[in-house]
Amino acid sequence: MTGITTITSTVTASFLASFVEVVEAFTIILAVGLARGWRPALTGTVLALLLLGALILLLGPLLGLIPLHLLQFGIGVLLILFGMRWLRKAILRAAGFIGLHDEEKAFAVEKDLLARQAADRRADFLAGTAAFKAVLLEGVEVVFIVIAVGAGRGLLGYASLGAVAACLLVLAIGFLVHRPLSRVPENMLKFVVGVMLSSFGVFWTGEGLGADWPGGDAALIAIAVLFLAVSLLTVRLLRGTQPGRIEAASR
Amino acid sequence: MTALRAALAELIGMFIDDGQLALTLVALIAIVTLLVKIAGIGGLAGGILLLAGAIGLLVESVYRDARRKKATD
Repeated sequence: MTGITTITSTVTASFLASFVEVVEAFTIILAVGLARGWRPALTGTVLALLLLGALILLLGPLLGLIPLHLLQFGIGVLLILFGMRWLRKAILRAAGFIGLHDEEKAFAVEKDLLARQAADRRADFLAGTAAFKAVLLEGVEVVFIVIAVGAGRGLLGYASLGAVAACLLVLAIGFLVHRPLSRVPENMLKFVVGVMLSSFGVFWTGEGLGADWPGGDAALIAIAVLFLAVSLLTVRLLRGTQPGRIEAASR
Repeated sequence: MTALRAALAELIGMFIDDGQLALTLVALIAIVTLLVKIAGIGGLAGGILLLAGAIGLLVESVYRDARRKKATD
């Protein structure tokens, strides 16, 4: 039986990871909307969402055909690779070895690019393509996260709920402030998400291999605490050798 | 074709950032799987080995990157 620990972890991981991805996509959509108008921005966004929807409808039913242990193992392996990539970058960012992600900078870079393309007769098409690409790429990551944290225990509904809540929250805040969400503690969120996804990865892969984790689903929390403790310790040790503040990164 | 290649590169990039880390993680998972399925060390031992190995590889990758960045500064 699925416990409250797994449900809470699933919704939280899905919500936080999706929130980060949607903030990044929102920055590009906003840049396109303000630089070239809302028509190309919304056209690109809607087309990408339709393509994502088709992808989900096409691939979703296939998940049910895969035996659970094989599904947990496969998803676990992908989650380890995906989560550790996030966590590795988050540790290096927190220790000052790579620049912090900056939505204001990403927004300025995109607006500058669109301004340089303004004379091009395909300017609206290029702007729409930028919005399409941003939504599609970040959307694919959201879809993967929802499947990855939800499918292993048949919690796709809960994982989707977390992702939808993140989308709605970003849209609501974005609609109110009408500017990039640069005050969102994106790097801290990425750190937490990296820890959670890596933990889910190890947990699912272990279950896929037949591990009967002590404490059942509560082992997920223990694994996450261990990942967090080691990551924070690594940041602390690396900060002692920090070369200085690194300029913010736009991507 | 270029767009397809770019999309594929982005998709691979979702999972692979530091190639060496990705490769060693896959090797770790393969070794643990073999130990569980062939050597019969048990699922839980395999899971714990995987957890310890993943954490070790993460720390090694971070330190390797930090050293490289310091050397280029």
